[in-house]
Amino acid sequence: MEELNRGGFTFDLCSRNTLLEKTGLKMPGFLKTGTTIVGVVYKDGVVLGADTRATEGPIVADKNCEKIHYIADNIYCCGAGTAADTEMTTALISSKLKLHKLSTGKEPRVVTALTMLKQMLFKYQGHVSAALILGGIDINGPSLHTIYPHGSTDQLPYVTMGSGSLAAMAVFEAKYKTDMTRDEAIQLVAEAISSGVFNDLGSGSNVDVTVIAKEGVTVLRNYLTPNERKFRGPEYIFPIGTTPVLSKLVAPLSSKVIIEDVVMS
Amino acid sequence: MDLKLSPFPTLEKQMPIEHGRFEAYVDNGGTVLAVGGPDYCVIAGDTRMSDGGYGIQTRKYTKIFQLTDKCVLATSGMQADTLALQKRLKTMLSHYQKEHGKPMSTPAIAQFLSNTLYYKRFFPYYTFNIVAGIDEKGEGCAWTYDAVGSHERVKYASQGSGNQLVIPLLDNQVAKFNQQIIAGGNVTSQQAVSFVKDAITSAGERDIYTGDYADIVVVDKDGVHWEKFELKLD
Repeated sequence: MEELNRGGFTFDLCSRNTLLEKTGLKMPGFLKTGTTIVGVVYKDGVVLGADTRATEGPIVADKNCEKIHYIADNIYCCGAGTAADTEMTTALISSKLKLHKLSTGKEPRVVTALTMLKQMLFKYQGHVSAALILGGIDINGPSLHTIYPHGSTDQLPYVTMGSGSLAAMAVFEAKYKTDMTRDEAIQLVAEAISSGVFNDLGSGSNVDVTVIAKEGVTVLRNYLTPNERKFRGPEYIFPIGTTPVLSKLVAPLSSKVIIEDVVMS
Repeated sequence: MDLKLSPFPTLEKQMPIEHGRFEAYVDNGGTVLAVGGPDYCVIAGDTRMSDGGYGIQTRKYTKIFQLTDKCVLATSGMQADTLALQKRLKTMLSHYQKEHGKPMSTPAIAQFLSNTLYYKRFFPYYTFNIVAGIDEKGEGCAWTYDAVGSHERVKYASQGSGNQLVIPLLDNQVAKFNQQIIAGGNVTSQQAVSFVKDAITSAGERDIYTGDYADIVVVDKDGVHWEKFELKLD
C-alpha cells in the first residue's frame, strides 16, 4: 500500500544515524543565531529589536543577517536559536496565517499566530529550537509575547531572548517606563540590543528595529551600525602570472554548441 | 535476573558519591601572531579575555610579555597559567642575568621555554606560546610551541582562537606560498606592522574571542616598541 505523505518531518534515518554516531561519525553542526532579541510595548504600538550576528561555534558565519521575520502586515516575530528553525517556523506560520486570513476575511490576530506557533513547537517537544518574540497590533491593541522552544508562552510589556537576553534585560529593568512615546521606545530598544552586541560574544554587528503601530509598520533595517571595520591594510596586488598557467586551450563557443530550429507543427 | 522472593529488601549497590568535577583548565581565548623581518620582528596580540563561553572578563588584558630588550613572549590559552609561566620565566631570567652578567639570548630563551613547558609534561601549562624578537646576529626570529614544549624556529607564527583565520594570510603574504612572480623585495618594519594590523583586524571580524584592542610590538636593535591598536568591541 502506498504510504500517505502527511507532511511534517521524517524520522526514517534516526536509527541509522545513532548507529553511525556510535562508529564515530560526527554530525554536522547547525548555524545558530547566538542572539540578542528584544521587544517593548509603547503607548500605541510595539517595537521589536535584534542584532545581526549569526555564529557557527566560535566563528561569525554572517555579519548582517535578519532576525526580525514577517508574519503578517500587522505581526512580526524575532527569532533566536537554530537559524533554519526560526526561519522555517515563522515562514510556515506566516503562510498558514495568510490562508486563515483569506478564509475568514478578517485581519489576523496576534494570539492566533501565538497559538499556531506554540502548538507547533510543543508538538516537536523542543527539538525545533526556536525561541521567539512575537509582537503585533490587532483589534485588541498592541501585544507582545515570548515563545520558548518547548511551546510555553508569556505576555509581557518588555521582553528579551537569546544569549544576550540578560545584558538586554539589564537595560530594560533600569530604564523601562509605561506609556513611552515611539521615539523613546526605539531609543530604549536600540540601547538594549547594543548592550547585547557589546557584552555578549554570541551577538554583534548591527541593530535592526521594527516598529508596529496602528498606522503601519516601519522596518528600520540596520538602524545602528556601530561595528564598521576600523582598519584596512594596503591593497594586496597579485600581478598576472603569479599563478602558473600549466596549459591553455581556447575553443570557440560555436564548436561546442549546436543551434537547431525546431518547427512546431 | 534473580526472581527468588526474599523477606528482606535487597540492599542497593553502594555507589561512590559523585561531586562536581574540578576543572583545571579554561580557554580564555585570543589571538597572537609574529612576523620576523631581516632586522626586526613584529608581534601582535589582541587584549580580549573571555570566560570560555559567551562572556567577556576584561577587554584590556595584554597577552604579550617583555622578557628582555630583544625578546618578547606572546601567549594565548589560559590566563592563570600564562601568568604563572610569565612569573617563572621572569625570575629564572633574572637569575641568569645575575649569574652571567648579561641577559639571556633569544634562542636560549626559546630553548629554555621548551624545557620549562616539558617539565610540566603531565600537568601542562595550558598555554600556546610564541617567542619572538631578534637573535645574536640582529635578525628577526620567532619560535612557536605547543602546550608541552614542542617547538620550532619559524619566519612567522600565529597561535590562539584566531589562528586558523590568520595562518593562510601569513602563508600567502609572508611565505608567498605557490606564487610564481613574487612582487616587492624586502618588507620594511612599517609595512610589516600595517600587514599585521590588517591580519588581526580580520581575525577580529570573524572570531568571537578576538577583539577590543590589540598590542602591536616591534622588536629591533633599539629595543621593544609598544603600540595600542583598536579592534571592534562586539
